Amino acid sequence: MIDFQTSPDRYRHWKLSFDGAVATLAMDVDPAGGLMGGYELKLNSYDLSVDIELADAVQRLRFEHPEVRTVVLRSAKENVFCAGANIRMLAGASHGHKVNFCKFTNETRLAIEDASENSGQRYLAAISGSAAGGGYELAVTADYVMLIDDRRSGVSLPELPLLAVLPGTGGLTRLTDKRKVRRDLADVFCTTEEGVRGKRAVQWRLVDEVVPPSSWEAKVAERARDLAAKSDRDGQRGVALTPLQRQFSDDGVTYPHVQVAIDRAGRQANVTIQGPAELPADLRGIHDAGSSFWPLAMARELDDALLHLRLNEPAVGLIVFRTSGDPAQVLAADSLLEQYQSDWLVREIRLLLKRVMKRVDMTARSLIALIEPSSCFAGTLAELVFAADRSVMFAGTGAGDNRGPATLHLSALNFSAYPMGNGLSRLANRFYGEPDSLIASAERIGDTLSAEDAEALGLVTFAYDETDWDDEVRLILEERASFSPDALTGLEANLRFAGPETMETRIFGRLTAWQNWIFLRPNAVGEAGSLKRYGSGVRPDFNPERV
Amino acid sequence: MSDGAAMGIGQIDYDGLIPNNVGLAEDQRVRKALETWHPGYIDWWKSMGPEGFQGSSVYLRTAVGVGAEGWAKFGFVRMPEYRWGILLAPKVEGRTIPFGAHKGQPAWQDVPGEYRAMLRRLLVIQGDTEPASVEQQRHLGATAPSLYDMRNLFQVNVEEGRHLWAMVYLLQKYFGRDGREEAEELLRRRSGDQDSPRMLGAFNERTPDWLSFFMFTFFTDRDGKMQLAALAQSGFDPLSRTCRFMLTEEAHHMFVGETGVARVIQRTAEAMNEAGIDDPYDIERIRRLGVIDLPTIQKKANLHFSLTLDLFGNEISTNAANAFNAGLKGRYREDKLTDDHQLTASTYPVLRLRDGAIIKDEVPALSALNMRLRDDYVEDTMLGIGRWNRVLERAGIDFRMTLPHVAFNRRIGEFSAVHTDTAGAVLSAEAWIRQQMAMLPSDDDNQFIASLMQPSWQPGRYAGWIAPPRHGIDNMPGDFEYVRIEN
Repeated sequence: MIDFQTSPDRYRHWKLSFDGAVATLAMDVDPAGGLMGGYELKLNSYDLSVDIELADAVQRLRFEHPEVRTVVLRSAKENVFCAGANIRMLAGASHGHKVNFCKFTNETRLAIEDASENSGQRYLAAISGSAAGGGYELAVTADYVMLIDDRRSGVSLPELPLLAVLPGTGGLTRLTDKRKVRRDLADVFCTTEEGVRGKRAVQWRLVDEVVPPSSWEAKVAERARDLAAKSDRDGQRGVALTPLQRQFSDDGVTYPHVQVAIDRAGRQANVTIQGPAELPADLRGIHDAGSSFWPLAMARELDDALLHLRLNEPAVGLIVFRTSGDPAQVLAADSLLEQYQSDWLVREIRLLLKRVMKRVDMTARSLIALIEPSSCFAGTLAELVFAADRSVMFAGTGAGDNRGPATLHLSALNFSAYPMGNGLSRLANRFYGEPDSLIASAERIGDTLSAEDAEALGLVTFAYDETDWDDEVRLILEERASFSPDALTGLEANLRFAGPETMETRIFGRLTAWQNWIFLRPNAVGEAGSLKRYGSGVRPDFNPERV
Repeated sequence: MSDGAAMGIGQIDYDGLIPNNVGLAEDQRVRKALETWHPGYIDWWKSMGPEGFQGSSVYLRTAVGVGAEGWAKFGFVRMPEYRWGILLAPKVEGRTIPFGAHKGQPAWQDVPGEYRAMLRRLLVIQGDTEPASVEQQRHLGATAPSLYDMRNLFQVNVEEGRHLWAMVYLLQKYFGRDGREEAEELLRRRSGDQDSPRMLGAFNERTPDWLSFFMFTFFTDRDGKMQLAALAQSGFDPLSRTCRFMLTEEAHHMFVGETGVARVIQRTAEAMNEAGIDDPYDIERIRRLGVIDLPTIQKKANLHFSLTLDLFGNEISTNAANAFNAGLKGRYREDKLTDDHQLTASTYPVLRLRDGAIIKDEVPALSALNMRLRDDYVEDTMLGIGRWNRVLERAGIDFRMTLPHVAFNRRIGEFSAVHTDTAGAVLSAEAWIRQQMAMLPSDDDNQFIASLMQPSWQPGRYAGWIAPPRHGIDNMPGDFEYVRIEN
């Protein structure tokens, strides 16, 4: 089983150190520390195990180190910054693993950019040695990219000439959209195996600055201080991200607030989220509660559950979201998040919730939300309804059921706090062609919405009463399970995101999709393909036909 | 009368600014590029070449033909006026690519597009070593142990300069603007410079004394010989022809190194015998004789051997495999080997580190080409060590020079992760710190050697720590004035 939980005392590949407002995250990949075996992670090349630690470090820096305003990304190895994803790992991995590995890598990189953009924790990449492929892609997640000018170190995206695949974890997109490299120069850069070094790297906007070795350390420290001075991050005492309490069983995993029950015959995972039992009264209480504050605890658990399902339960095609609890308590939690949003910790929690909801959007499983009596799809948890491919709400009450009818509640957070990758809130995305519906919904913030209300407002797909509920729900789930998993993945990835493109949607929708196609083609993965032949010295045989 | 002229091909044109046998007079574009590069080269030579002797007349060998015999002409020349030029071995008609995926196809006379970047990188790395060693050795003239040795040093230096010319010609002729930029960069990097060092580690180390110089030419220039020999097999014909000619010059460097160390050993042995010292480890007494004790010579050999092994790169190398398969860089004496020259189905044993132990592993032969070249290198080196030991044998000294284990003192490749002793036994970090002084030159050793480095510039006279050579250069008499020192 692939486990996404780790902590700095267990890192094999990264070294974290702190100096006041500046933290250094140094890559020092243990060649023998790969996840699967059968390959060595030489030259700071990485596999998922390296990225799991990176994601953990990025997360902890945000929650545990409010004093850190600049993170310096660098290499602890001489002569190499990072050689990118390990090729032998890619050559040996299943298609599914490659796709999920790249997706997680992309999400981690976006989390770095999220920290820079929204948390006042700015990243600085200090490249000494070669930054190739994924190594350069990682570097350009930083706000500011420095390259040592020792006439040897350089940056490159050699995937195409060397491996016949793409710089597929954001590389191509960040070149054009973030670094704003001219497209023809980007073409030259991406077809030149050895890449670019020195002043030309600055002229082409591949890096922000080159510095000779004699002044390198001083300049890196100076730039780190400059970035820190621009930050609005002001916390003092961090919040420890304590280990998640999890219990795995053959048919799922249970956390304090999230339960995953797998129905293997139905190929579905029933994910039930518990609403908050008790909440602190004020900001001080939120800080004292720390990682047990419900929104933070729930978000971490749901995040871990999603990753577990993605990597360890590939045959589960359907995720059914349910909630259980008091909607008023969820709304109270939302109020705390809204009232104290300028506090650094509350800001981090909101941003984490945003990222977890994006992880839901990016999960290639059919998502169904079932809104039943005694559920608490309110505010933040209602985002799961809007993230789902379909939502079904129980209308009225069942005979002999004293729980009262199912309800749905909106909070202000549904309209502002959790934008999707395309920059729209899930509601704005849902009502992309119906601005009036969005306004109508906004007018009902805080109201208790019945199934009829919700259906009329367009907030749920269907509402069924007791007569139809069991059969209709069963049919939806069974029908879904009968469709082609590939076609569903494609369908859902298209329909979930309406409207505008952003760098983020382009990374997932354009770059990743093309990369995943190339990852299936014989020119890459066939017996005579580039990934299979890599390192053998024997050239791949390409089918010359353009498709 | 040059050999080239006798053969009717490859005649050297000494009329233009740049002596050559590549028809530079008719090749406007490349001639212009080289003539543009030339002043920068002369500036580099004057500022980074041998320090203090630019005005002296040196009895140097200049190539006058490129055939197997009679290609050298001796005469006095001031080094900045040396006739550096572009000299390629004669073209072999009908030559085919001798190995790799394109084996049997006609050798390339132009760079194949798909291999342009790989070839350029090979040339730049090779080219970068040539000026680097000149820079490393530029201070040595001042402490030359004789005019004979001084002349040999300068001969090595001007030939390294010519080898730079050879690589620059290829870059400018075949690699367009990128090639011209790389040619400029070759003049800009500086050995040991923090901001723009030479590309390979061993070429940024200091060459502080003459024993280091001899060791360098014996060990490190021998790596150059192996690399050139591998490139001489190239399917890219101009590279092959260039390297074949460079090899004839490189042989002189081996000679300087091997005989240099042998003469140091010989002088030590003689001094020990004259003083009646049997024990080679009676270091204090031996040093008081003004000669370098044998254990210290061994330590210097340990150092230079291990630094040089790093130049072969990683034992398992995709780059080496690609270069071979592409037909760009062959094996040592590829033409004498009798396998399929494609290596897609064979394996080669490689020493590897597994769980802290050194084991032998059979790996695909294509991936193991660096290891194979290194093995050939070690074998070639052993021959020279054997000749040093014959000096000791003849002198009746109970000491033999040895090569340390290939895992010793490595910074690149399989063994960079561990410390070992010279026999290859893995050491803990503490044991390494304790034993290091017994295996590598200490500050004390280096200071002692430095204290012996006093100039001896009288014709026919030699410093006390080195024996005279058996023969003079170009059969000149013992008191020949090889360098007419003028400042």
